[in-house]
Amino acid sequence: MSAETTPSDAFLELRDLRIHFPTDDGLVKSVDGLSFRLERGKTLGIVGESGSGKSVTSLGILGLHNRKNARVSGEIWLDGAELVSSTQEYVRGLRGKRMAMIFQDPLSAMHPYYTVGNQIIEAYRVHHRVSKAVARKHAIEMLGRVGIPNPAQRVDDYPHQFSGGMRQRAMIAMALCCDPELLIADEPTTALDVTVQAQILDLMRDLQRDFNAALIIITHDLGVVAELSDDILVMYGGKCVEYGTAENIFETPEHPYTWGLLGSMPRLDRESTERLLPIKGSPPSLINIPPGCAFHPRCSYADRTGGKGSAEVPELSEVRGGHKVRCHLPANERHAIWESEIKPVLEAQ
Amino acid sequence: MVTYLIRRLIGAVIMLLIVSMATFAIFFLVPQIAGATPEGMASRYVGRTASAEDAKIAADRLGFNDPLVVQYGRFIKGIVAGAEFDYGPGVEQCPPPCLGYSFITRQPVWPDLLDRLPVTLSLAVGAAVLWLIIGLSTGVISALRRGSVFDRAAMTLALAGVSLPIFFTGLISLLVFSYGNPFAVFAQGGHYTPITENPGEWAYNLILPWITLAFLFAAQYARLTRAGMLETMGEDYIRTARAKGLIERTVVVKHGMRGALTPIVTIFGLDFGLLVGGAVLTESTYSLPGLGKYAIDAITNNDLPKVMGVTLLSAFFVVFANLIVDLLYAVVDPRVRLS
Ligand SMILES: Nc1ncnc2c1ncn2[C@@H]1O[C@H](COP(=O)(O)OP(=O)(O)OP(=O)(O)O)[C@@H](O)[C@H]1O
Ligand code: SF4
Ligand SMILES: [Mg+2]
Repeated sequence: MSAETTPSDAFLELRDLRIHFPTDDGLVKSVDGLSFRLERGKTLGIVGESGSGKSVTSLGILGLHNRKNARVSGEIWLDGAELVSSTQEYVRGLRGKRMAMIFQDPLSAMHPYYTVGNQIIEAYRVHHRVSKAVARKHAIEMLGRVGIPNPAQRVDDYPHQFSGGMRQRAMIAMALCCDPELLIADEPTTALDVTVQAQILDLMRDLQRDFNAALIIITHDLGVVAELSDDILVMYGGKCVEYGTAENIFETPEHPYTWGLLGSMPRLDRESTERLLPIKGSPPSLINIPPGCAFHPRCSYADRTGGKGSAEVPELSEVRGGHKVRCHLPANERHAIWESEIKPVLEAQ
Repeated sequence: MVTYLIRRLIGAVIMLLIVSMATFAIFFLVPQIAGATPEGMASRYVGRTASAEDAKIAADRLGFNDPLVVQYGRFIKGIVAGAEFDYGPGVEQCPPPCLGYSFITRQPVWPDLLDRLPVTLSLAVGAAVLWLIIGLSTGVISALRRGSVFDRAAMTLALAGVSLPIFFTGLISLLVFSYGNPFAVFAQGGHYTPITENPGEWAYNLILPWITLAFLFAAQYARLTRAGMLETMGEDYIRTARAKGLIERTVVVKHGMRGALTPIVTIFGLDFGLLVGGAVLTESTYSLPGLGKYAIDAITNNDLPKVMGVTLLSAFFVVFANLIVDLLYAVVDPRVRLS
């Protein structure tokens, strides 16, 4: 943190966060200059394909990267305190208490040898000087709150005795047990089947309202965040390529990659393998990020900017009212493509 | 849990029966298939000094002409109720549990085994404590400081430990520590003082064999522990533990080691069972009067009943260790207990 930075007045603010991993093959730039703000009670959806740096970002906010093999720079402000330059011990004290995380696969994220209750009790007692009995009561209450039937009995079950959906509920109980102000859910429903997914998302929405926490939902599926999010950040190759309100992203998306994501949203009423406008090619290697616009090898409109796409990294620039996009295409041309080529296809189905 | 326990117990009993049958078959059936006559068997049994006629009588009286099943039944009965060996010139008493009677030393085998067991147990327990402390701590530290100088040095040494044969490391440590050089502070082997008599001397006499044996196992356990820790510390549940805000020591000890050391329980149980059955090489190297040395001496003297008795006892320890391991595993891994 340089001397002249001004403390953030947002609840959570990332400024130019970079997380790079030096490896034998080269420098992996998993997160490369990410900035956003988030207030209490608001939900941010972070969307991107596999490998775009979503998990690395969330682990970075919680300070969970090993400082030996990860280079973290930039600023992370949580309620007026900067975390990147703070001591590990300070950030550890915040983890679980003021900021908590829900992981993708609840079976592997829970210790197989300890009961579910034991693991919640542990999470509670790290930050509260209470007896085991008090913590246990709290754990049972939390399990009840996330919709586990018979919590007083199930508290003594081991994770493998729970169903997938119940395990994720238990994970949520564990994350919420210290009443965190920031909750990050990293693909909370990916490992679950479709009906359970909807239940878990409903639960998270209700709980967020109750707890008034700032919520970050990470997913590769725009459908998941559609109803839940206030704001959406689209990530590609470690960078934000589009940021705006959920309305912005769904009504007037600006970036060709976002169009691709919208076109590849699985629909409940369709065969899930069928994609409207699939994004061709595969996500970039984060060691050799394509020069210029990282998306240009896969972009259908790359030729419309006269070679600029492969030469110059586009700036993240504001379209209007906080809606930002990282693309060389002139705004009017983007709108024209959206209105005439993309929107009709998406609406036709 | 109770059905699991009962199932395991029944399994162990069946296993013991099978093992005893196999042992019996090896000592009685195989020689006969290979052409040994009951008389020959009897003479091997009661000693070669007997005349051909004596041997014939002995064979008859000892029941070597009976069907094998009958002989096996008699053997098992001996374990439960004791036996008498009427070999012609006299009758030898063998009180229960009768694991055989040595006509060479004119003594039942079981009291001999009881005599030797404390030596082997002392050797095994002491070495196990040493190798667990050294092996596990080295493995954990190596894993946590992967690639450090400590890790490299420890793993090089461990590789040597698992590759060198025990009589080699045994001889080296005998040379280094015992034969007229500045380090010659330890006993030279061949002595054993019961712990009940003089604990200090007991330990003093055993320290070299302990170190020799522990080195071998510590090397193996350090490697296993390191591999296990590296694997567990990369598990998702470790990340969860950190995300809760636990201090790193709790993460490593309560979450990491718990996961990494559980499989080692199994390996330890089996190793220990085998060792109590007779640390043959270590006991020979240091001339310790334990079960392993007993077995070697019995083989050298062609004292069949002794060999059979010690084999059965070793087999019993292995089966017993297996049982303990299964039960322990159910205690430490809830997924086993409940399935
Ligand atoms: N410790 C590390 N060392 C080297 N590279 C890493 C490390 N952690 C993550 N990466 C790389 O960073 C990139 C981004 O990973 P990340 O897990 O953030 O992707 P993601 O967007 O969460 O994808 P997914 O949808 O598959 O979860 C990946 O290419 C990954 O290989
Ligand atoms: S900058 Fe060019 S290549 Fe990149 S998304 Fe925009 S149009 Fe496509
Ligand atoms: Mg991820």
